[in-house]
Amino acid sequence: MTAPAPIHRRSFLQAVALVGGGLMLGSFSAPDDAMAAEAGGPAADPFVPNAFITITPDGKITIIAKNPEEGQGVKQSLPMIIAEELDVDWSQVTVVQADSDESKYGRQFAGGSLSTPMNYDNHRRLGAAARAMLVAAAAKRWNVAASELTTAKAAVSHNASGRRATYASLANEAAALPVPELASVTLKDPKTFRLLGKRVPGVDNRKIVTGKPLFGIDVVVPGMLHAVFEKCPVFGGKVVSANLATVRRLPGVKHAFVVDGASTPLDGLMPGVAIVADTWWHAKSAREKLQVKWDEGATAQQSSEWFAQQAAALAGKPADRVVRKDGDVEAAFGSAAKVVEAAYFYPFLSHATLEPQNCTAHFKDGKLEIWAPTQMPQPGRDLVSKTMGIAPGDITIHLTRIGGGFGRRLKNDYLVEAAWIAREVKAPVKLLWTREDDMRHGHYRPAGFHFFKGAVDANGKAVAWKSRVVVEPYMRLGEFPGRFVPNYLLEVSNLPHGIPTGAMRAPGSNGIAFATQSFIDELAHSAGKDPLQFRLDLMTPAVPAAQGDAFNPDRMRGVLELVREKSGWGKRPAVKGRGMGVACHFSHQGYFAAVVDASVNAKGEVKVHRAWIAGDVGSQLTNLSGAENQCQGAAIDGVSQALGQEITIDNGRAVQGNFDSYPLLRMPRAFPVDVHFRTTEFPPTGMGEPALPPVIPALTNAIFAATGTRIRSLPIGSQLA
Amino acid sequence: MPISLTINGRPVTVDVTPEMPLLWVLRDHLNLKGTKFGCGIAQCGACTVHLGGVPVRSCSIPISAVAGQQITTIEGLGATALHPVQKAWEQVDVPQCGYCQAGQIMVAAALLKTKKNPTDAEIDAAMQNICRCGTYNRIRQASGRPCTAPRAR
Repeated sequence: MTAPAPIHRRSFLQAVALVGGGLMLGSFSAPDDAMAAEAGGPAADPFVPNAFITITPDGKITIIAKNPEEGQGVKQSLPMIIAEELDVDWSQVTVVQADSDESKYGRQFAGGSLSTPMNYDNHRRLGAAARAMLVAAAAKRWNVAASELTTAKAAVSHNASGRRATYASLANEAAALPVPELASVTLKDPKTFRLLGKRVPGVDNRKIVTGKPLFGIDVVVPGMLHAVFEKCPVFGGKVVSANLATVRRLPGVKHAFVVDGASTPLDGLMPGVAIVADTWWHAKSAREKLQVKWDEGATAQQSSEWFAQQAAALAGKPADRVVRKDGDVEAAFGSAAKVVEAAYFYPFLSHATLEPQNCTAHFKDGKLEIWAPTQMPQPGRDLVSKTMGIAPGDITIHLTRIGGGFGRRLKNDYLVEAAWIAREVKAPVKLLWTREDDMRHGHYRPAGFHFFKGAVDANGKAVAWKSRVVVEPYMRLGEFPGRFVPNYLLEVSNLPHGIPTGAMRAPGSNGIAFATQSFIDELAHSAGKDPLQFRLDLMTPAVPAAQGDAFNPDRMRGVLELVREKSGWGKRPAVKGRGMGVACHFSHQGYFAAVVDASVNAKGEVKVHRAWIAGDVGSQLTNLSGAENQCQGAAIDGVSQALGQEITIDNGRAVQGNFDSYPLLRMPRAFPVDVHFRTTEFPPTGMGEPALPPVIPALTNAIFAATGTRIRSLPIGSQLA
Repeated sequence: MPISLTINGRPVTVDVTPEMPLLWVLRDHLNLKGTKFGCGIAQCGACTVHLGGVPVRSCSIPISAVAGQQITTIEGLGATALHPVQKAWEQVDVPQCGYCQAGQIMVAAALLKTKKNPTDAEIDAAMQNICRCGTYNRIRQASGRPCTAPRAR
C-alpha cells in the first residue's frame, strides 16, 4: 500500500478499489470536465477523495455508479453503500453513471450477481475514507479531537460546543489532507445504518417516467446515420452475393456493403450485409428489398429434433466426464425400496431484452467512440480492438442504461458490428437490430437433457441418485443433492452443435433447478413424504462440506422453513385441481426457496394464484425495494419461461422471431409475489439471479400437486390440455 | 409529402415517407425518445402513445394515417407537472430496467381517465403491455391507486 499523500487539484492520488480484494492507488489528471463544469468552474477546489466521490464547495455531492445498469438496480445500490458510510442523505446525492474505465473504477460489468459481493466492502471503505477526511478537516479547524465529532446528513458536528460544519464548507480543507488507508479505515457498525436496507426508489425513476433519453437506443450524435445489419439465418453462414446496387438506389440509403466478418466465433463479427441510411426506417425498409445468397454451412443440418435424438443416443453411451461419484448407485438400486426413473428437457431460450440490441459508434482520426448498452464493456472494447486493429487505448465506451440484459449483453456482437460499419462509412452510426434480429441471432440459454434414476429406502430416505446430463461443458453443475445422498453419480455428455449460446439469468441453474428439484419431488412422492419436509430431511444431518463446496445446508433449511411458514404450506385444505409446489436452489451465493400456488382448469390452462419467495443473501440488503422487485420479477420471469417460451431450431435457424411466437407473460397472468428475507451473518451477496431457479420447479411441482401430471419438458404449453 | 398533426399540444409538420410509422417520426424526426421500439408489430406496447386520448401502438400506425390528429406522448403527459400516474410510478418504485415503463404509464393514464378506481379485472383488460422484467405486481399497484400516499418506508 502506498503511503498517504496530499491531494492537489490537477494531480491527486486516487484510491481505486479493485474487485477481488486489494486496493490500488493510481493517479489521474483531473476530474471529468463535465463534473468540473457542474462544480461551478475552477474557482474552488472540489473534494475528490477517490474516483467515486466529489463534494464541491457549493454543496453538490456526486457519487459514481461504476457498473452497467440493466434493471438489476446497481446504479442505485452501489452508490447507496458509499452514501451510507459517507453519512450523507440520499436526497443530497447526485448519481453519475461511470464510463468504461478500469484505471479509475476497476472491473466494470453486470453479471453473475457479482456487483454486491465484489463491491460491498470496498464501497463502504471509499465512503468511510472520505468521511474520515471531512472529520479530520473539522477537527483541525476547531482544534478538537476527531473522536469528539459526529456526522450526519453531510455535516460534521461537535456536540460539546454545538458547532456544525457542512461537508461543502469543509471541502477545501479536506482536499488538502492525506487519504487514509482504505484497508484500515473505520467502518460504521451496521446497526447504525440509516440508508442500507431501506426501500429507496430508483435513481433514474424521474427520467424513466417522463420519457427522458437514457438508453442506448436514445443516443444521438450529430451527423449520425442509421444502420441495419442482415446476417445469415443459419448461424455462422457467409455472404456469397447480394443485390447491393438495387438497395443503394432505395430512398434514404447512403451505403450498402458486405461485411466479410468470420463464421467463428459466434459472438464476434459475423458475416453479413450492412445498409446505412438517413433514418432507421429507410434502412429497415431498404432491407426488405435486400436479396442475399448465403453459404449456410454445416449448422443448416441441425434441428431441435436432431438434438433430442443425439441426446437420447448419448445417454446410452459412456459419459464424457464424471462430475461426482459417491458409493455405488447400481448396488443401491438393487436393494432400495423404490426406484424412480425420469427424463427431463428444457429448451433454448431467448433473453428477449425489451430494448433490442443497438450501439452507436463514431470512428474519427484513428479513435473510436462507442455508446452502448453492454453488460461487459471491457471485453467489448477488447473484441473491437482485436477485430478492427484499433489499440484499446483509442477506444472509449460510454455506458448507457440498458433496457434489459439478463445476460444477453454479456456478448458484444452488436458493438463490433456498429464499430465496423461506422469506420466503413466514415460517419457516426447507430446500429439497431429488429426484434427478429434479436430473437434469431441470440446467444441462447442452452437446451438441456437430464436422465435421472433415483431410489428411496423403506423409511423414505433418498439412498441413490444417478444423473446423466447432456449439456454444454461450460455449464456449471450444481452438485445438489450430491453430498446428501450416499450413493451418487453425476455424469455429463457433451453435445457439440453450431447454435450460439450464452449465460442467461442464473446460468446453468435456471435449467438444472427445474430438472433436479422436479426429480427430488418425484422421489418425495414415491416415498410418500411431504415434499418440503423431504427436502429438509435430505439435508439432515449436514454432511461435512468438501473443500471448495460453498453450499451451506443450514442456510437452505432456513429459507425452506421461512417459506413454509409464510406460505402456510400444508395447512390449506385440499382443493381439486389446485395445489402448492415447493423448490429450493443455491446459486450466485444466494439461498432461495419458492412456493407456488397454482391451479389447472378443464382446458388445461395453468393459473398461478400466488408465489412466495424466501431468500438469504447474507447480513445486509442494500436497497430493500430493489431486492423485493428482483424477487417479484424473477418469479414472473420464471413462470413466463415455463408457460410458453421456447426457441426451436429448424435447419440451423431459430424459428421464433417476435413476441407473437415467443410469448412473454402479461398482466392477466401475473400473480402476487410475497418476498421474505432471512438475515444471516454471511457477507452480502447479489440479487439479480438466485431468486429465479426455484420458481420454475415450484410451479411444475404445484401442477403435479394439482393434477397428478408431472411436467418433465418445458415449456408447459398445451401439455395439460 | 408534408403531413401536419398536433403533438403534445403543439402543431407539427413533418415531411417524411407517408408509410413511416408514427413511432419513427416521433423518435428520429422530432427527437422524442420517450416512446420506445420493442417489437415493431404492435405486440409489446413499448411504443404506446395517445391518439385522441386513446392508447395506440405507434410502431404500426403510418404517419399518413394520423394527419390532423392529436397525439400525446410520454413527454407531453406531465409536461407542466407530473401526472398522478407518473407520481404513483415513482412512489411505488415500479421500474427495473425501465424500458417499457413509458408505454405502461400511457396505458394506465388512459385507463384512469375512464375508470377512477379500476378493478383488478379492468386493469387486466387494459394493461396488456409487456414488461420483460416482470414488474406487474407494482404496475398493478401504481395503476390501481395512483393518488394514494407513498407506502410506508
